[in-house]
Amino acid sequence: MRKLLLLTTVVLVGLVFIARLFYLQVYNNSAYSIFEDNAIRKVYNYPKRGYVYDRNGKLLVANQPSYDVMVIPREVEPMDSSDLTEFCRLLKITEEEYTKKLKRATRYSPRLPSPFVPQLSKKDYAVLQEKMRKFEGFYIQKRSLRSYQTTIGANVLGDIAEVNRRIIAKQPYYKLGDLIGNQGVEKTYETTLRGVKGIKFIQKDRFNKNIGPYKDGIYDTLPKPGKNITITIDARLQAYGELLMRNKRGGIIAIEPNSGEILAMISGPSYNPNLLVGRERSGNFKKLYNDSISKPLFDRGLQAMYPPGSPFKTLNALIALQEGVVTTEERFSCAMGYKYGNRKMGCHAHKSPANMNIGIYESCNAYFANIYRRIIDKYESPAEGMDNWSKHIKSFGLGNYLNNDLAVGQPGKVPNAATYNKGYGKNKWYTTFTISNAIGQGEVLATPIQLANMAAAIGNRGYYYTPHIIKNIEGDTVPSQYTTPKYTTIDKKHFEPVVQGMFDVYNKGTAKSLQIKDIEICGKTGTAENYAIIDNVKTQLTDHSIFVAFAPKDNPKIAIAVFVENGYYGSRFAGRMASLMIERYLKGEISRPDMENFVLRYSLEHEYEKPYLVKSFGINKQTKLVPIDDQEFQNIMKLKSEIPKS
Amino acid sequence: MLRENQRRFKFDWLTIILFLLLISFGYLNILSASHVGEITSYFDPTQLYGKHLIFVGLTFVLIVFILSFEAKFYERFASIIYIVAILALVGLFLFGKDVNGARSWYGIGSMTIQPSEFAKFATALAVAKYVSDLETNMQTLKDQLRVVAIILTPAILILLQNDAGSTIVYLTFFFVFYREGLQQIYLVVALSLIAIAVLALKFGVLIAAAVALLVLITRYFLRKNKRASVLQYILVLAVCIGFSYGVRLFYEHVLKEHQQNRISLWLRLEKDPAKLELMKKREAYNLIQSEQAISSGGWTGKGFLQGTRTTGKFVPEQHTDYIFSTVGEEWGFWGSTFVVLLFVTLIVRILYLAETQKSQFSRVYGYGVASIFFIHFTINTGMVMGLIPTVGIPLPFFSYGGSGLWGFTILLFIFVKLDSNKINEW
Repeated sequence: MRKLLLLTTVVLVGLVFIARLFYLQVYNNSAYSIFEDNAIRKVYNYPKRGYVYDRNGKLLVANQPSYDVMVIPREVEPMDSSDLTEFCRLLKITEEEYTKKLKRATRYSPRLPSPFVPQLSKKDYAVLQEKMRKFEGFYIQKRSLRSYQTTIGANVLGDIAEVNRRIIAKQPYYKLGDLIGNQGVEKTYETTLRGVKGIKFIQKDRFNKNIGPYKDGIYDTLPKPGKNITITIDARLQAYGELLMRNKRGGIIAIEPNSGEILAMISGPSYNPNLLVGRERSGNFKKLYNDSISKPLFDRGLQAMYPPGSPFKTLNALIALQEGVVTTEERFSCAMGYKYGNRKMGCHAHKSPANMNIGIYESCNAYFANIYRRIIDKYESPAEGMDNWSKHIKSFGLGNYLNNDLAVGQPGKVPNAATYNKGYGKNKWYTTFTISNAIGQGEVLATPIQLANMAAAIGNRGYYYTPHIIKNIEGDTVPSQYTTPKYTTIDKKHFEPVVQGMFDVYNKGTAKSLQIKDIEICGKTGTAENYAIIDNVKTQLTDHSIFVAFAPKDNPKIAIAVFVENGYYGSRFAGRMASLMIERYLKGEISRPDMENFVLRYSLEHEYEKPYLVKSFGINKQTKLVPIDDQEFQNIMKLKSEIPKS
Repeated sequence: MLRENQRRFKFDWLTIILFLLLISFGYLNILSASHVGEITSYFDPTQLYGKHLIFVGLTFVLIVFILSFEAKFYERFASIIYIVAILALVGLFLFGKDVNGARSWYGIGSMTIQPSEFAKFATALAVAKYVSDLETNMQTLKDQLRVVAIILTPAILILLQNDAGSTIVYLTFFFVFYREGLQQIYLVVALSLIAIAVLALKFGVLIAAAVALLVLITRYFLRKNKRASVLQYILVLAVCIGFSYGVRLFYEHVLKEHQQNRISLWLRLEKDPAKLELMKKREAYNLIQSEQAISSGGWTGKGFLQGTRTTGKFVPEQHTDYIFSTVGEEWGFWGSTFVVLLFVTLIVRILYLAETQKSQFSRVYGYGVASIFFIHFTINTGMVMGLIPTVGIPLPFFSYGGSGLWGFTILLFIFVKLDSNKINEW
């Protein structure tokens, strides 16, 4: 027995030790990851973010260096009070903020770096850098911020913002404090622009000092610089369009029909993209985000869905021709409207009876109600006719997302049989129930970019390229989806009469006053009724002003859709703006300053205030135009003079 | 003649192989734990690993030297060797050199020698010599006191030189005495006292006393010897209570703060988070770093010279007392288990050989050797993986240091020599 005491003790100790080793090394240990190893410092090297140029090679977005103070909470040594005071003074924070920030970082992760004070100024950085060594657990991370070379195109260019934890969870490439494209092309071309960050693994000692590259740097990677991109935007046209949209709300989309390139993409109200750079970004962004009345972050050119109104009539004309239910010369009479059953769709005074040409340039509701009925009633049931009509409309890119390279978008709405089956019950509805579709009201909704694309498809006589914003990627090609044409369901031969009709809108129709010398413009005015809920009551407000156009008539160079909220009839604001934009783009200068002055001079802000006024107000005919004050006008004129001519 | 010679030198090759494995694996880990940057030359004497390689080389000279003596020499000269060792320890008070607050070294030029490392084998020889004397009877109090005096003399000298860790090593001779006939009651008392001490520290005197009372009552009713009086039991209880008080007083007033904190960490006595935070930076720092290094090794480890914590020198004293954390980090669970098994096998082998000795001197000495390896291995490895409070003693054949390496080599090879001679004994 006495012999066994030490023997058994030794064996027992051996077993206990092996069990302990198993517990420490296997049971209690997740797989080794160099990223979790606090003996290895990970130094990220952020590549240059790609620059953004406009279609004429003008630099729009460049970079500026920025310095973040980062913290790894676990490595922070408690500071004595004089060090703490100095550190807080250097960072321009209070000691309470210091404690709060440190707590927040620890909550996120004690061992991963979190931004402590982001985006120091160059001066603060210079002072701090000297003393950084003293404050264990903190270091400075260099990044690059955007530097906008322009004050326009906030909705086009977008901005970059710090990633949030939701993004990190989904895309582990990003670490806390990294920047990511938040809106506009920064968002859609994020991976192209950002490049790939490089990483260096550095062996530390326990005093947190670097002692050299880990394994001679075999795991280190070099940063891959982001690629420069050229976007299809014409900065001069964009700037001009933004000026026209001043003091108004709405959207302008201009597209080059033979390529689908977006020339301008205006949303009013806009803001200066420089507001979303650096330390002031989050405050400014919050302000823009919380402005629920004018919604500056809402891209009206891409996201606002309106009933398209009269411009939509051109599609019904095309479908009627394609379906062979009407000839161009067949006339329909109009007695100030179209009667069906005991109801009537009103119209205005014009030549009657109208053939297709007159129907289009006079925008005759009765004409289009007649041909719409024929389109639907050609088939045995309204449902069949409806689906066929819907298919034609959708071939123009309406009623669905365009699937392009813009950060935001809306599908709009094109009804089909199912829509009405749902509303009225299966087969319990007739063509007349849907008659508003004839004139672009009713169940149809479209965004300005869809209308511009529709104009491009008409201008091209039957096809379009998906509207897109990328023109060129450094060392890469533009995706083929943007270079293959998409054909509509309408044969080419049917377009001429409709184009002629749209041309006559300028010659003798609703846009007669908007003619531009030497340019053959085809267009169509539109007016969309506008309702809002005020104090739980559906209240009518001044109509939206709509205009869709392309020019020149043959081989068009620009197709445009303009939408001005509460702008009243189509030619008042939208039509003028479209003409000015077309002239500015094609000629580089404005031959009719009176027209330009009208647009620049008058504000619609008072219209937008109406729903918030306590007293009653008038709409449409009862509204008056309110000019802006001289100082603002001078300011606009000065900005205008700063836009380069060509 | 030649055949007779061969028979006379029948060394236990298993022990020697285990020794060679330990010493080489130890060297590799010291190389890893002590190298800074590129290794230009393995013999670079300005580097710790270079020095250690020289120590290892000299070890073999030392082995030849030890084996060349007659086996009987060690028995005959045991007392003299012991006296020389004690004098060397005493001499430290006059000529010693202070390192880290401990006066444990002689400085000879740039070399330092730590006599306490050599006192261990000397004490083992002396104990063997005394216990194996025909006149000695371990059952008698007189002889018990004498052997205790033999181990206490160096132990106290070492304690006075501020090397508490090495003092604890001498407790291991209890295993030797027990093997050689010490009464069972000592084992019971020793285990009871350890239990009471832990209870008193962890839960307080009251709980310790309550547990003692409970155990004693149980024993009283199960007693075989019906003559034992209640008074005896009450006396024992009183001693237990007195002892628990003594332990608390010792812990609170005699121990230095860092020693208190080590025990406090081990028994998890400290509840104040601020103080714990402070301890993490001080007493627990090495331990935390060492545990993290071991943990990060996983199943297979990061590979020789690839340990990020070892390379980054995260574990202080890693090449000496904390060398096992290098094994853990770079060789993983398999490597660490291998080292544990090497030590267990070595100790079990020595115990086996000791039991087969014909001479009592050899057996007692063998037991001494096994006990000394056992306590070093248990305390050092246990401490590095956080099972035992921090006690600074080296891991045999692994920890850096010439004195330690040679002390353990002499300890082991005197036994190898004694064992090789057992054929000649009858």
